[in-house]
Amino acid sequence: MSKITRRRFLAGGVAGGAAIAMAPGKKVFAANLDGFPNGMGVLVDMTRCVGCRTCEAACNKEQNLPEPEKPFDDASVFDEGYHGHEQRRTTEGAYTVVNRYDVPGSEPVYRKIQCNHCNEPACLTSCFVNAYKKTPEGAVIYDDKVCVGCRNCMIACPFNIPAYSYSSAFNPIIKKCIFCYDTRLKQGHIPACVESCPQQVMVFGKRKDLLKIAHDRIRKHPGKYVDHVYGEHEVGGTSWLYLSSVPFEQAGFNVTLQKEPIINNVKDFLAIVPMVLAIWPALFTGFHLLATKGKKHGDDHSHDQQEGHES
Amino acid sequence: MVKAGQTFITGLTALALSLVFCFTSYAMPDVITMDQLADLYDGVVFDHETHTMMTEGCAVCHHHTLGGPVFNDYCAKCHDGSEEVATVACSDCHSKERITAGSMRLAELESPFHDDLPDLKGAYHLSCLGCHQEMGAPVGCTDCHSKTEAGNKYYNSGQFAPTGSQH
Repeated sequence: MSKITRRRFLAGGVAGGAAIAMAPGKKVFAANLDGFPNGMGVLVDMTRCVGCRTCEAACNKEQNLPEPEKPFDDASVFDEGYHGHEQRRTTEGAYTVVNRYDVPGSEPVYRKIQCNHCNEPACLTSCFVNAYKKTPEGAVIYDDKVCVGCRNCMIACPFNIPAYSYSSAFNPIIKKCIFCYDTRLKQGHIPACVESCPQQVMVFGKRKDLLKIAHDRIRKHPGKYVDHVYGEHEVGGTSWLYLSSVPFEQAGFNVTLQKEPIINNVKDFLAIVPMVLAIWPALFTGFHLLATKGKKHGDDHSHDQQEGHES
Repeated sequence: MVKAGQTFITGLTALALSLVFCFTSYAMPDVITMDQLADLYDGVVFDHETHTMMTEGCAVCHHHTLGGPVFNDYCAKCHDGSEEVATVACSDCHSKERITAGSMRLAELESPFHDDLPDLKGAYHLSCLGCHQEMGAPVGCTDCHSKTEAGNKYYNSGQFAPTGSQH
């Protein structure tokens, strides 16, 4: 009789404990953040890009990156491609690259890639040394002195942006676009690539203003744009936004990304972990002490053994 | 039938007159050197006269600033039949500073429909290159302006080309 009572008591205790652990977790983390209210961003209008690669040159000079393999006015890079089909990607020596996409029944489309500076960056979440930081200005920056080169962020990034300094034998670290944070963004200046663009493909400004401009352009030029601003909702929103005249998948975008930030997939679970680690040992020790109060040690020991055999 | 023919001839005469008016009543420069932004490239020596012959009318590039018919539907909503304005150079309306979302908002306050005006660099390239693409005219960067030494350094081209490169 006493055995059943104790089990019921324990079951109730577990359910109660779980409820306590879950409740504050939901309340704190389920809120949907829109990122920093005055965060900056860049709107990329791909209908204007002609693939001149001036932005690549600008980035190279601004970030003091190594000399490129080919001149920045060389269009033959668009015919490169790895493994026969993959396009060029960002590397330790190039934080932004432009690729050409041949679209059937249309002019080729050029797409500039760089870090999209997510509102809730997956790279930041994945970094166990806390090297990454999302600044109020909107940039996702990282402390290269802290980086241990584990490459978790390379796997976490939904856009395959962080690159790795494979050329460094002793201190390989992550390399990526930092939105010109140190040299420009911090002072409110326009990023180097945006400033350099002859076709004014890019507009720099507050993300919320850029969203308005993007939707205005779609509305004012019916038929010119696909009715979607890439980055408005993808993985919880990104600071860099894209407009396109062709379906985004034809320009190499991943259109299967979730709208929720990637961290949301594990947030609820991760919120419980510290609670479980902190509360459960004390809770169950308490239960154990209460349940065995007044009993002889020997009896209890044999009883535990018996239970172990049953299960 | 005669009436239709008359109307046609009248219309044609009016068009011809308006074109003549367009080309003669202004001190229209034959050649314009666009070098306000020259840095990585030399300025463009723009053969204004030849381009005026090739285009439908002045408004293709000058929008509504010269008065007369306006080609852009968006501009035409307000400006069709507008008067000629005091200044007609690109840089009179398109800023030499690069625009940002912030500056666009300020412009919008002044004139709600001029909210997405490109800056001078953008206006030059979007207008010239846009037309060149449509007309099958040359579209290479150095077809219109040659690279300066600073430009070659910037693009790692010319005498600054990477060693091992075939260029």
